[in-house]
Amino acid sequence: MNRFEYIRPRSVAEAVAAAAIPGSAYLAAGTNLLDLMKIGVARPGRLIDLNHLPGLDAIETLPGGAVRIGAQVRNAELAHDPEFARRFPAVAEALLSGASAQLRNAATVGGNLMQRTRCAWFQDTASACNRREPGTGCDALGGENRMHAVLGWSEHCIATHPSDFCVPLVALDAVVEIEGAGGRRDIPLADFHLLPGTTPERESVLAPGELVIAVRLPAEAAGFAAHARYAKLRERTSYAFAVVSAAAGLRIANGRIVEARLALGGVAAKPWRAEAAEASLAGAAPDADAFRRAAEIAMAEAKPSGDNAFKIELARRIAIRALTQAAAGTPDRLPALPASSFASNAGAPNMGGLHV
Amino acid sequence: MSDVQRMRHGSSIGLPVTRRDGHDKVTGQARFAADNHPTGMLYAVLATSRIARGRVAFLDVAAARAHVGVVEVMVPGNRPALAIHPDDKSVPFSFKMDLLQDDRVRYAGQSIAVVIAETLEAATEGAALLAPRYAAEAVEVTLDAPGAFVPETVGVGAPAEQRHGDVEAGLDHAAHRIETTYETPLQFHNAMEPHGIVAAWDGDALSIDMPTQGLALTQMRIAAFFGIRMEDIHIRSPFIGGGFGSKLLAGPQVLGILAAKLVGRPVKLVLTRAQMYGPVTHRSATRQSLRLGAAADGQLTAIDHHVRTATSRHDDFLEPSGGISHSLYASPAIATTADAVRLDTGTPGFMRGPGEASGSIALESAMDEMAAACGIDPLEFRLRNYAEVEPITGKPFSSKALRDCYAQGATTFGWAGRPLAPRQMRDADGLLVGWGLGTAIFPAMMFQAEARAVLRRDGTGLVEAGIHDMGQGAWTAFAQIAADSLGLDIDQVEFRGGRSDLPNAGIAGGSGHTATAGGAIHAAGGQAIARLTELAVADPRSPLFGAGNVGVVARDGRLVRWDDESRGETYGDILARAGLDMVEGQGSAAADQATAEQYSLHAHGAVFAEVKVDPELGQVRVTRLVGAFAAGRIINPRMVRSQYYGGMIWGLSFALHEHAAMDVRTGRVMNADLAEYRVPVNADVPSVEAILVEEEDPHVNALGIKGVGEIGITGTAGAIANAVWHATGVRVRKFPIALEAFSGA
Repeated sequence: MNRFEYIRPRSVAEAVAAAAIPGSAYLAAGTNLLDLMKIGVARPGRLIDLNHLPGLDAIETLPGGAVRIGAQVRNAELAHDPEFARRFPAVAEALLSGASAQLRNAATVGGNLMQRTRCAWFQDTASACNRREPGTGCDALGGENRMHAVLGWSEHCIATHPSDFCVPLVALDAVVEIEGAGGRRDIPLADFHLLPGTTPERESVLAPGELVIAVRLPAEAAGFAAHARYAKLRERTSYAFAVVSAAAGLRIANGRIVEARLALGGVAAKPWRAEAAEASLAGAAPDADAFRRAAEIAMAEAKPSGDNAFKIELARRIAIRALTQAAAGTPDRLPALPASSFASNAGAPNMGGLHV
Repeated sequence: MSDVQRMRHGSSIGLPVTRRDGHDKVTGQARFAADNHPTGMLYAVLATSRIARGRVAFLDVAAARAHVGVVEVMVPGNRPALAIHPDDKSVPFSFKMDLLQDDRVRYAGQSIAVVIAETLEAATEGAALLAPRYAAEAVEVTLDAPGAFVPETVGVGAPAEQRHGDVEAGLDHAAHRIETTYETPLQFHNAMEPHGIVAAWDGDALSIDMPTQGLALTQMRIAAFFGIRMEDIHIRSPFIGGGFGSKLLAGPQVLGILAAKLVGRPVKLVLTRAQMYGPVTHRSATRQSLRLGAAADGQLTAIDHHVRTATSRHDDFLEPSGGISHSLYASPAIATTADAVRLDTGTPGFMRGPGEASGSIALESAMDEMAAACGIDPLEFRLRNYAEVEPITGKPFSSKALRDCYAQGATTFGWAGRPLAPRQMRDADGLLVGWGLGTAIFPAMMFQAEARAVLRRDGTGLVEAGIHDMGQGAWTAFAQIAADSLGLDIDQVEFRGGRSDLPNAGIAGGSGHTATAGGAIHAAGGQAIARLTELAVADPRSPLFGAGNVGVVARDGRLVRWDDESRGETYGDILARAGLDMVEGQGSAAADQATAEQYSLHAHGAVFAEVKVDPELGQVRVTRLVGAFAAGRIINPRMVRSQYYGGMIWGLSFALHEHAAMDVRTGRVMNADLAEYRVPVNADVPSVEAILVEEEDPHVNALGIKGVGEIGITGTAGAIANAVWHATGVRVRKFPIALEAFSGA
């Protein structure tokens, strides 16, 4: 294993100061970073462990109704917080549709935002990857790239951001609280991740050494609670990243959509907010025609980056699915298989000897 | 359990005894190879090639050596000498190996150096510091590579071309014809336990902890490599964390033995998960073209099954997918042919159901397509083409309860009333529902095995055979056979296995281990009992005096007269009076040529699948699997059910998930980990049921065992593919079935 310094700061200020030295990396749960270190993709010289910092593990309701989620709150903890899940059900559903129970127990809110793409060429140090090593090229172009981006990609990088959690967050106008040497600042999540352009190595607006300390959801985000869903298409029933996913939130009054929120996952290097599609839904009846139109608008700019034209149609369909389910109303209880086509995990009537 | 009771052979065989190693396994006490840490042990880590063809031009050995904790770096220049060349295939089932013989690279993932260090971490970093530079050459890794050739044999010496009847005439006269091509992907075994070894030399003697499916063959292979005597090599392999054909012999672990020799200390070498996608064999991709002809009444008139497969550029193993068409469905004309290309990959090998698994999904899909073309229910179609004798040879089956499998499976599944046309069924949530069927078949193979059985004066028994437990339950099943062979309760018999210093129990492969080693144990116990009987019936002081060998039954630690069970005595009494501490029996078992020439020997089954498919998104879930299998005598129904479950889930994996994504430009597998090389998770398998169909086989072998380890894959993969068609109306012919297939639907 490569040698690195391990630093356990006692405060956010100490952490940020420690990270000022180039080659530093923050360590949260390490569910992604440690894997990348093992395969040589990440080789930080200093690991700054956030797991013992005070004050980053709270879920707080702020005056006025916004909720502030500390960066070290674990995915499972947040998803199972009854008040949070009641007010932001699509966020809870997205969290529970991701990874495995073990990973969700460890992975953090901040780490989820900061996770890297699972692009196979990014993870293979023998391949060219502009994101990993600027200027080397992109071997994903021309490879088996059926899972890659269909929106916002460039010739320099076609990777996707793998998060489920970020998809409803961006739909709900989440704000990222950042602390750095220059002080504290807020960035809307929609602006946090960067599209690749000519600099795919720049994945977020974080300056070197800056630390995500919290994510805030505004009070208005709870206004979608009655009609909020996350839908995720994946290639096995559990423990798989989204091929495409969508988060939808609707405010419905008198049979009309007052306000809509829609974001897509698995389609781009960032969680993809579909604002024009949202605008098309305002004032419309929550019906199939409106949802089909919105989905078309959401994907209007999409183009395949390789063998993935099929994802464009699937992204439309998952958007329609999320909107349709949202319109039908948030269920009282999350399904056993959250965000899945197979809502129920029940066995068949004449069941065999092996059950889950 | 009435079915089990009827099948009981003695006091233990047929009972669902729980795993004898279960407690140790669930409490972490079962010691697998890599759990051993002899004093002074060092850690070895492989450095593997990132290119698939070319030469290693430079390794920064100095940098690796300079790393703290690194003891030695083994490269071709300092690798200890071997007695034979690594390309010398010195024993059966062996392949050419890459043991640092030179700077050539034949496939991605090939070992190019071994770093030996005081810690795993230091060895890992040392391997990274080697920073190899290569002289790379262009690679070929697809089935469309140039230079296709027709091999003489496929699999293990099977003719590449087999013909019976006139296929072209059969097709010409057919009322219905289909001509289809199916593609199966490159797959890797992915046993949970990676290949590993702990090797320690003591002079010319070698002590090894290593998982192996073939103790004696491995011992022979290593003896040949190092020019030492087999009896100086001691291998312990008490538990194997899955082998599936990839652990038949010593693989890259030989490098661990070489490393131990180089540094003069014990060495542990364990492959990483990523390193399991190169040097430990795999299942080649296949492209299978099937032409079927059927008369108006649905009787097949011809089966033509052509297989394109691939082997490595340097060695031969050709996935024998066409074999399945020889024995399953009655047809007056059958032809199976093969061709292949040579690729810059590791050599393919035996991967659970080699040939049968890949061939079955193609044949069962084609049968389903033909049933639809004929407008006949798929089960009825298979019954109309039921083979009363093996189609390609005309030989009778030693036993065949396939009709019972179809009937019991169909009843349990609820097959009746299935609509003929696809896309007719929906569930309450609007999901498309489909039902599919596949026939399972697997040859009943035997190899060669020996065993030793002892009856002791204290009334207990000892049975020894170098058997292999890969998780299938060998420790339990063989103990049951051993107990019955000695007429003792299972707890009265000490059973030893999993070591090379015991009688050669052959291999755990070809689903033939229980039949072969079990047969040897049965014979050894029988001989011990016969010797004890000789003592008793010749002794005027015994109540059995004069009864004769055939007049005596061994039961519950006693010999009794069969015609008067009140007359008998304990084993201990007989031995005590004879002044003996023990009697011993030797036994062996092997495939019987005469039987194989006279009969077709196969296990059969029928697998029924229900899938649900999201009509808009195309996501597929197998909501029910019901398999009914007839495989001769069942030694332990609990273990056997688990074997069927495992096989059926593997079949599910074959149909929907497994696929090594190789970058065709570089020959590297790009999803060499268990996150991205997809296998099913629990949520993918909500319900699986295995029915044990009673079958008595008087011919196949002494115990009437056919083997259950691989058959569950066959039938299942096709049943799922057929259910997907029935649900959606989309016939997918490229596996695994991917979302792309439905995005236009």
